[in-house]
Amino acid sequence: MADGVNGRAPRFEMRGVHKSFGATVALDGVDLAVAPGEVCALVGQNGAGKSTLMGILSGALRPDAGVMTLDGAPYGPRSPLEARRSGVAMIYQELPLAPHLSVMDNVALGMEPCRLGLVRRDLVRKMAEDVLAQLHHPEIAPEAIVGTLSPSEQQLVEIARALAVGCRVLVLDEPTSSLGRGDVGRLFELVARLREQGHAIVYISHFIEEVKEVSGRFVVLRDGHNVGGGATATARPDEIVAMMVGRKVDNLYPRTARRPGRPILELEGFGPGGASFTLHRGEILGIAGLLGAGRTRLLRTLFGLEPVREGRVRLGGLAGPWPPSRCWAQGMGLLSEDRTGEGLALGLGVGENLTLSRLTGLGPGPLVLPSRQDAAAKAWIAPLDIRCTSPRQPVGELSGGNQQKVALARLLYHDVDVLLLDEPTRGIDVASKAQIYELIDALVSEGKAGGRPAKAVVMVSGYLPELLGLCDRIAVMCRGRLGPARPVEELDEHRLMLEATGAVEAA
Amino acid sequence: MRARALLDKTGPLLGLVFVAITFGLLVGPQFFRPANLELIARQTSIVCVAALGMTIVIVAAGIDLSVGSIIALSTVVIALLLRAGVGPALAALGGVTAGAVCGSATGLLVTRLRVVPFIVTLGMMLLVRGAAKGLAHERRIEAPVTWLNDLLRTVEAGHGTLVPMGIWIVAAVALVVAGVLRYTRFGRHLFAIGSNERTARLCGVPVERCKIAAYTVAAALAGLAGVMQFAKLAVGDPTVAVGLELDVIAAVIIGGGSLAGGKGTVAGTLVGAAIMAVIQVGCSQKGLPNWVQQIVTGSVIVVAVALDRWRERSSVA
Repeated sequence: MADGVNGRAPRFEMRGVHKSFGATVALDGVDLAVAPGEVCALVGQNGAGKSTLMGILSGALRPDAGVMTLDGAPYGPRSPLEARRSGVAMIYQELPLAPHLSVMDNVALGMEPCRLGLVRRDLVRKMAEDVLAQLHHPEIAPEAIVGTLSPSEQQLVEIARALAVGCRVLVLDEPTSSLGRGDVGRLFELVARLREQGHAIVYISHFIEEVKEVSGRFVVLRDGHNVGGGATATARPDEIVAMMVGRKVDNLYPRTARRPGRPILELEGFGPGGASFTLHRGEILGIAGLLGAGRTRLLRTLFGLEPVREGRVRLGGLAGPWPPSRCWAQGMGLLSEDRTGEGLALGLGVGENLTLSRLTGLGPGPLVLPSRQDAAAKAWIAPLDIRCTSPRQPVGELSGGNQQKVALARLLYHDVDVLLLDEPTRGIDVASKAQIYELIDALVSEGKAGGRPAKAVVMVSGYLPELLGLCDRIAVMCRGRLGPARPVEELDEHRLMLEATGAVEAA
Repeated sequence: MRARALLDKTGPLLGLVFVAITFGLLVGPQFFRPANLELIARQTSIVCVAALGMTIVIVAAGIDLSVGSIIALSTVVIALLLRAGVGPALAALGGVTAGAVCGSATGLLVTRLRVVPFIVTLGMMLLVRGAAKGLAHERRIEAPVTWLNDLLRTVEAGHGTLVPMGIWIVAAVALVVAGVLRYTRFGRHLFAIGSNERTARLCGVPVERCKIAAYTVAAALAGLAGVMQFAKLAVGDPTVAVGLELDVIAAVIIGGGSLAGGKGTVAGTLVGAAIMAVIQVGCSQKGLPNWVQQIVTGSVIVVAVALDRWRERSSVA
């Protein structure tokens, strides 16, 4: 790659980039180079290392090892601001604009032209008008308040802001996730225009069809390695997907004999998501899909945390929907994907968190006796191997894996029949993952549940091997709609990825 | 590590001991005479009762700025009821009820309108103060003398109760509030809401109902503080206790409560109120002017919170 990209000198080049977070290796010697006037798509599964790599490029993270150059000169930004000043800007999914300020104030934010300490409003306006004209969107008024603009217009302002600093490298992270269909087309035109103007563009997307449409070249990451790439025009979608998923077989996933029992949870056109499935006791139903496909929203809606738009739900014969308290009471529990923001109260103790959904029975009447609470917690701390100094230790002091086990233990303590698990192994170490897999498997297999009837599990995950390894049936969610649930024997990673990326419809 | 845990638990108490010894040295041994200690307790009883209520609200990550106004309203209601010939016990109950009604309104506004409690209670502060003035026609309301006026009066030697009834009431209320926070579902739910409201919702905690109850109970206790205030003044005064809510909040914060929620104890709050009372009484007995007392109190608040943050940071690291 030293001789450039397609014969041209690269605008920026990253070589042998390493990055670890604790014991987790996120990037293991990754290379990436993009030429001026080129759109390079960066693709890979969730957790492949795309975000980490782009975080390093845009100055949000520091690499452990590796060489970076920008226009041939050494490049090592210490902050996103420094990266922007050097000419590298990342356009995030969640747009970091000041919604109460005008378009021109946002464009000039942090580099307002001043004289005698006073902002030159005329220059600020000119600056905004110039970049908006450069983007061929002069219809956006510099005085417009950003919060009143549509998501696609806000995205334009964000790009305009990057161009105003003189950025030559633009990283677009899932730029279509917040846009409607028509706006996507306009964004693609804009990307093409930026390419013609000589900018180097890195385009991150899960959607193969978008990659095909917008980029000239693609690079695939998997588990922190470069695993391939090439010219987008000549690559078939299934070839790209094959590189994304790899061919690794994993024995991490236990699967004891299961016998599906009676139906317990029935959904009919339920949504947002239009979900229809019947979940039986002794069964794990997987929901696959990419980030932002609407998987989390479906589970939250089912659990009464978001408004129901359509359809019907029945749990054990009772018709829903219900608020969270009724869900718990009827034997359904939710494990949140946002462990620290929603799943756990970090300032409170292990026992407090574990028993929060059911404080009854921990003392006479409305009383909660701390000793009984401790005892209840201890009954799960030992079997789940939760490492803590005592049931009163604040959950915030535990490791991610142990925190997740506390959150999961809440569902076990409550003794729910239906477990809704949203990304149960996200961001935790391998050892804890294996323990959680074993636990989930044990819940649905009758023999291990200690004579009690087997439970039922709905599991959402962006990590396909995990779903294929654990689940009995899997349904795919793409662009907000849930497809039919099919037996895992009929599926493989390749097939699931094709459906999740919208390359083919679920059959 | 054990030493740190001990320090965490007893931090505010050590502060009280430090302040007390300082003023003991400044004023002399008579500072610790029983009569003087009783004076300090009587001085702080109004703030204490209101601060017990505030602890409930702050634990749930709320705040109530209308406490001072509610105290004034309560004194007016009591005086009006007494003048109308209602018995003292019922009149006191009337004052407490008036507070509770205000608190329910606050709770409903906070949960239904989803406006931050700071703003809602800022509005309630003016609203309730205005209501008190209107009710009293902007005058002090004289009321017949009853046993209510003896609540905070020094007990004569040999008269059984040792300290004034009002102080016994504070102690009883403190015990009940401590028990509710520590040992009931309601109390545990308040801590969960204050620590992470989304978690509480996920776990099926009735967040709205808990918040309304918290504001109602807190304002009822502010009404009870109004009864104490009435006992001290013997009149209904719609202009009394202006700015007292800040003393009340300060007591909770000095005692280890966090405005971010999820933290706070009854014992801490009582110690916090005691620290401020010791400074107040100590300064006046030493003959220090009021401005010195304010500077000292202000410093104590800042130091207490700074120490708390520092402790939190070093325990996470």
